[in-house]
Amino acid sequence: MNESPAYFDEMLQPDGGPRGPYAQYYDWLRKEEPGRLLEKSAEAEALFRLTGITFNVYGDPSEAERLIPFDVIPRIIAGREWVKVTKGIEQRVRALNAFLHDIYHRQEIVRAGRVPAHMIARNAAFLPQMIGVTPPGGIYTHIVGTDLVRTGPDEFFVLEDNARTPSGVSYMLENRETMLHMFPELFSKVKVQSVSQYPRSLRRSLSACAPQACEGRPTVAVLTPGIYNSAYYEHAFLADQMGAELVEGHDLRVVNGRVAMRTTEGYKPIDVLYRRIDDDYIDPLNFNPDSMLGVPGIMDVYRAGGITLANAPGTGIADDKAIYSYMPEIIEFYTGEKAILNNVPTHRCSEPEALKYVLDNLADLVVKEVHGSGGYGMLVGPAASKAELATFRAKLAANPDHYIAQPTLALSTVPILTDAGLAPRHVDLRPYVLVSPDRIEITPGGLTRVALTEGSLVVNSSQGGGTKDTWVLEE
Amino acid sequence: MRLKIHHQTTYHYDSPVPYGLQQLRLRPKSREGQEVLHWDIAVAGGKLEVCYEDEHANTVDLVSFDPGQTEISITCSGEVEVTDNHGVVGRQKGFVPLWLYERSTALTQAGDGIKALVAGLTRGETDLATLHALSAHILAMVPYSTDQAASDLTVEQAIAAGHAVCQDHAHIFISAARQMGFPARYVSGYLMMDDRVMQDASHAWAEAHVPGLGWVGFDVSNGISPDARYVRVATALDYRGAAPISGMRFGKGAESMNVSLQVQQQ
Repeated sequence: MNESPAYFDEMLQPDGGPRGPYAQYYDWLRKEEPGRLLEKSAEAEALFRLTGITFNVYGDPSEAERLIPFDVIPRIIAGREWVKVTKGIEQRVRALNAFLHDIYHRQEIVRAGRVPAHMIARNAAFLPQMIGVTPPGGIYTHIVGTDLVRTGPDEFFVLEDNARTPSGVSYMLENRETMLHMFPELFSKVKVQSVSQYPRSLRRSLSACAPQACEGRPTVAVLTPGIYNSAYYEHAFLADQMGAELVEGHDLRVVNGRVAMRTTEGYKPIDVLYRRIDDDYIDPLNFNPDSMLGVPGIMDVYRAGGITLANAPGTGIADDKAIYSYMPEIIEFYTGEKAILNNVPTHRCSEPEALKYVLDNLADLVVKEVHGSGGYGMLVGPAASKAELATFRAKLAANPDHYIAQPTLALSTVPILTDAGLAPRHVDLRPYVLVSPDRIEITPGGLTRVALTEGSLVVNSSQGGGTKDTWVLEE
Repeated sequence: MRLKIHHQTTYHYDSPVPYGLQQLRLRPKSREGQEVLHWDIAVAGGKLEVCYEDEHANTVDLVSFDPGQTEISITCSGEVEVTDNHGVVGRQKGFVPLWLYERSTALTQAGDGIKALVAGLTRGETDLATLHALSAHILAMVPYSTDQAASDLTVEQAIAAGHAVCQDHAHIFISAARQMGFPARYVSGYLMMDDRVMQDASHAWAEAHVPGLGWVGFDVSNGISPDARYVRVATALDYRGAAPISGMRFGKGAESMNVSLQVQQQ
């Protein structure tokens, strides 16, 4: 891995000069004292500590709450590059919503033989309680994070769809705030599209999906599992930024056929609940009876049209990595168009031929659990030890259905600031998409995650990745 | 046959209940072979919050307790006209794919007991004959008894107990039928026992999906397919999904339940 293969560097061309989108920024950067940048970098970290933006890393008891490292060098995307990306995302998100509606109704895509029935039937994320349910406005996945990687100037791949509960948008907003605070002069020099409208857009988008029972201006609330959840900061932040209530399960109960929150003036009905609790925990009466986090009866009220849940229960099936492998077919089936954004070629280990190929080429592949997320339980073949490869070989043989494999992509790099100067690191991008009946809104940019370890291709913050501010330039 | 039904369930609590909910699946539907002439549900000590149709087309009422109650009582009364279709309910309707009824649930998960039971079965010449044979085989291996050990037994626990109530019989049939490749489901409803007006409890039986015929009912406990004395109320993958009443409540203290059920021919 140290032979420096030809990774696409988003900032610098092979001749050492900057690529177009970085020209103005690079001009500024060259004149900066490296020492001043390092000072700014330390200042940024202090700012993050002050605001309390942290992230729990599971499996690391020594650091229950850890700061996600922030890198001060922005990732810059040209306006015209972004237009193509947004068209692709919009198409994909439309297809996802159509797919979810179909899967919980007539299952035309299965009848047409485009997706095998067992992909749905054996899928733990398929929620029978959603069969026949059409959510208010027909929207299943209100907030989507479409993870992208880039391998060349015009080559973007969708790595995964996060249709269930994409997290991290607070970092997108905080990263920009921090950059504006530390480098105000930069933003007068370089015209960057704003991201600060996101909380307003989120509120508007959620309100547009209010249920029939809503009277007047929709009441929006954010449901959090509580302070011990890894994303609690984000839940509180978004509620605050949207001007919505932050609630926990025990604040809510069924009152007059609605789900209502306790206030000083009695119970007030909630129209739209942005819930950050998984399906299984959201309603102990209808799902896991041991859940202390949810609201008993909320599914009953939902099915009777008394509340909007965002995202809708049962959307997790679209995040399944085996379903992901069918996305080109899914897009074509519902939109009648070819997918604008590429899918990463995916081997479904449930298929014997694919499994054989994967076992034969394990050291070159990335293997993921079909229901996994956050970079947990994955194997990066080229970086794995012999022992790790052997462990995965055994796992694959025992439960092939649980895994998919993909080629190791040559992820693009963007420099980070190190004590020794700029150094290229691999990045991905999670743009945030808001879906309502009248529009699909994509915030320009998103969250750029960066693998801080030299050569590493795993960018997940739970695996020690960092973040960067992402700039989309005005045209 | 016109059946008149009066069904009252009363829960008593030792201490006042500050907050509680009950989900009712207690509304029979008009369908082929069954016409609901009228049907009312009255709740004392609670109020109706919402009503909707679940994925199995059961009508569900969500009821909340009036705060501080020590008793809640649910009374269903109505009349249903039933015709004898020899247990045949017909084709699968709605959006639920048939494969859903092949899924096992916590209560119907097949273990060694079910597998042995299926292995010991002599199959008939047709699917229908095989399923009738299965029903008889279950009754022979696990005879009916009113002595119910617990209300939430798994199929393996029921087989190990050596005897069963109608709910266990329905679960064993469902589990075995799924093992044999038939989609199967649980039915809760009413049965008019010919020799009495006061019935002991509401009834349960099973349905299997037979190619060509659609859903067919099997009442293992009584060794027959449902006839004009059976009123279908709710269906699901198992008891938990079709239970006439399921609920949760805050507060401590014990509860007791009292059921009064009359089913009589008009």
